[in-house]
Formats: sequence, structure tokens, C-alpha cells
Amino acid sequence: MTQINVRVDGESYTDDVEPRTLLVHYLREQLGKVGTVVGCDTSNCGACTVHLDGQAVKSCTVLAVQADGSQVTTIEGVAEEGIGGALHPVQRAFHEMHGLQCGFCTPGMIMASIDLLKENPDPSETEVREGIEGNLCRCTGYQNIVKAVQHAAAEMRGQAPGDPDASPAAVDTAAAEHVVAQS
Amino acid sequence: MIPAAFAYSRPTTVEEALQAIADGGDDVKVLAGGQSLIPVMRLRLAAPEVVVDLTRVEGLRGVREEGDQLVVGAMTTHADVLTDPLLAQYAQLLVQATETVADRQVRRRGTFGGALAHADPAGDLPAVALALDAEFVIAGPAGRRTVPASEFFVDYLTTALEEGELLVEIRLPKLAAADGWGVRYEKFTRVAQAWSIVAVAAAVRREGGRITEARIGLTNMGPTPLRASATEAALVGVDVSLETVTAAAAQAAEGTSPSNDLNAQADYRQHLAQVLTRRALAAAAGL
Repeated sequence: MTQINVRVDGESYTDDVEPRTLLVHYLREQLGKVGTVVGCDTSNCGACTVHLDGQAVKSCTVLAVQADGSQVTTIEGVAEEGIGGALHPVQRAFHEMHGLQCGFCTPGMIMASIDLLKENPDPSETEVREGIEGNLCRCTGYQNIVKAVQHAAAEMRGQAPGDPDASPAAVDTAAAEHVVAQS
Repeated sequence: MIPAAFAYSRPTTVEEALQAIADGGDDVKVLAGGQSLIPVMRLRLAAPEVVVDLTRVEGLRGVREEGDQLVVGAMTTHADVLTDPLLAQYAQLLVQATETVADRQVRRRGTFGGALAHADPAGDLPAVALALDAEFVIAGPAGRRTVPASEFFVDYLTTALEEGELLVEIRLPKLAAADGWGVRYEKFTRVAQAWSIVAVAAAVRREGGRITEARIGLTNMGPTPLRASATEAALVGVDVSLETVTAAAAQAAEGTSPSNDLNAQADYRQHLAQVLTRRALAAAAGL
């Protein structure tokens, strides 16, 4: 066991970890930060993305011991503190633009997007798609995710969202016929 | 999956790192950015007894100028490479190739030296180092030695690094646009964040409408990165034109031995090498 000191979402922790413990397992199993999820376990999907000293990393590909002395921010730490605290603009945009279906990739998508917007506050559609290439979504086809990131970018720049037509891609949310038939 | 248990060492100097490697016995792995090593440890394809983590070693990260060379610390991350002003000025080929490596998160952790020492034939940076005739500064128990890129890549995942040694610096020549150099990294993949099926690193120097020098590195055209020597030779002294570049690129696959795998057959890779070399040369030569 190795002792580590980390600050996670603004709180300090001192814990003993095995060197082989992955950061994501430490966050979930020792700290209970289950907002950060394990998706692929092969460093591809990005669902486990957190910020390590302000930079987006895949927490399944960092050892917990490597976070010793560092600050970690998870999806649980990006909103304003306290119950009812305001969501982060990127969280809000994913909600408003319906940038998710099953939601499993969302924590990682949001953490990667926040990192992208820090570097590029006004990304083009292509730049958003390249910026989140390390995050896989198997539901949405990315359309609304890209819209959400651009929507958040506009808000964070202090502008009204630039595209007045910005809205979630049209989806027929009425139940499919066969579902209706069963009711 | 969780890696097999190992003993962990986190040195803060090169000397301590060499000592930790020496003390580690027969089964030591050096952890640079960990973006290849941790995945294979997680899959238990690697289960080293000792891991020596270089992330806190002073002085291995960053880029400096030394005469007509740039010296890149082995622990310089890909993200560092993309924002470094010296590399932007003198090593655009490395910058372009690094932009295509994996994804944003992996580039935050992954390192230039780690990618070179790992020597994956589908990795993007070995071909760049080879095309640039980079020099590899290796520290070991007996001191430091310098190995040219042409001797560094020995075989599949195998380099000139001996047991107990550590790659500490990579020295690159300055290729400035002001001296007539144009560069292009041309990569072919099927999906985002994939490894290269084939890629071509090209640097071309032009003077008075003629090509005076060409350097071409090939990614994933054999167990090690390769130079497209026949194409390089065919370009010296020719006019800068699409015809000359296309003719020379037709020889790009000469002497290569690419693998057959689920991404591509060898003959398809050889075809790709010619096409990508033509594209890379045309872009590098400003055509």
C-alpha cells in the first residue's frame, strides 16, 4: 500500500492505495464518486474522463498513485456546490440540447468538452468533433452533443447562443406505432 | 480489468531512475505517459514486478535549442509538443504527426519519448524521428550514449535500448520554412483515434524551383519505421512539379514488408504508401 494525498472536487483525502489501483477505481470504490463511470476498460471510450490538475485524462489509464499531490475534478465537482447549485454551463447545454440518450458517455463527454472549451472557447463543428474524438457515444450519432458543446461555448463567452435556430435535432418523440398498438 | 500487483517506484532524478531500474531485477517496466503500458497491464498482457514511473523526474520534460538542434526531453507530452513555440517554428512535421496521435486525453499523458521507446510499427512518431534523422540520447549505468534513428528501431516493439537504460532526450535538426523546407504528415485510418493503417512523414527542401533534399518516413510498412529511400533519391535535383513527385512516389513501397492484418493486406498497404507519399510530397512541396 502507498499513501496518497489528493484533492477531489474540492475536498482533501489521504488514503492508502495499491500501486495497481486505477484512478477510476479509487474514485468510484474508495471515494464513492460513482458519477465517473468505466465504459470500455480499454482506454478508448473516454467515459471515465476526469480533470487531473485541470487537464482531461482517461482515469482508467492513470494509476491512483500518480494522482498523489494533485487535484482531481470529476463530473460531480463541476456544478456549483450545494443542493440546487447551478449546473455547469456545459451540463446545462447537454440537458437543453438533449445531448444524450442513455447517458452513459455523458460524464466523460462533459469533462472532455470543458477541457476543449478552455483551450478553444469558440470551436467550429469540426473542431468540436475532433476535440471529443476520445469519447464514444453509441446512441446519439453525436449531432446533439456537438450542438450542446457549441451552445455552451456561446453561453460561456457571454453571448446568446449564436445560432437562433439552435435546438435539438428534430426527433419524433411520439411512441412508435407498434407501441401505441399495444396500449 | 485491474493490473497484476507490482512494486512502484517514483524517482525524481535520472540517477534515481537508473538506480530504481537496476534495483528492480529482471522484470522492470519504465512508465512514461502510461498510455500504452497501462492498457496492456490492465489486460495482463504485461505483468511487470516493478514499475518505475518517470512522471516526477526533473528535467526530462520540455524543449530547448542547442546550436542547430532542438533537444526534446523524453517526457515531453504530446500536448506539450502541440503548444511548444520552438517545435512550431522548426519541427512542424513532428507537430503535424502528433496532432494525429490518439485523442485529446491520451495526448495529455502520452509522451514523445515513451512513444519512441515503445516502437509500435503503427505509432506515428517513430517514422517522423527516422525521417528527421533524430538522435537518441540514452542514459545507462555506464553514462550516456547517442544512437542515430537509423539504428534505434531494431524490430517490432524493439529498440536499441538495453536493459537498465533509459531514453532521456531526442535531438532533432531544425527544418525551417525560411530555409525552403516544407513538411506534411499524411495518415490513413478508418475511424477517429485509430492507429495508422499506413502513414507517410515527408519533408522537402526547395531551392529555385528544384527539390534539393527529401526525407520520407513510412509508418506501419514493416516491423520498424522505414525510409522511402528510392523515392528520396529520385527527388534530388528534380523540378518541383506534380509529375516529378508522382513519378518518385511510385517507388515509395520499394523494399517494404508490411504485414497482413484485419485492417489491410500487404499489397493494399504498398498501394497506400505510394498514394500517401504522393499526397504528402505534393503538400510538402507546396503543390
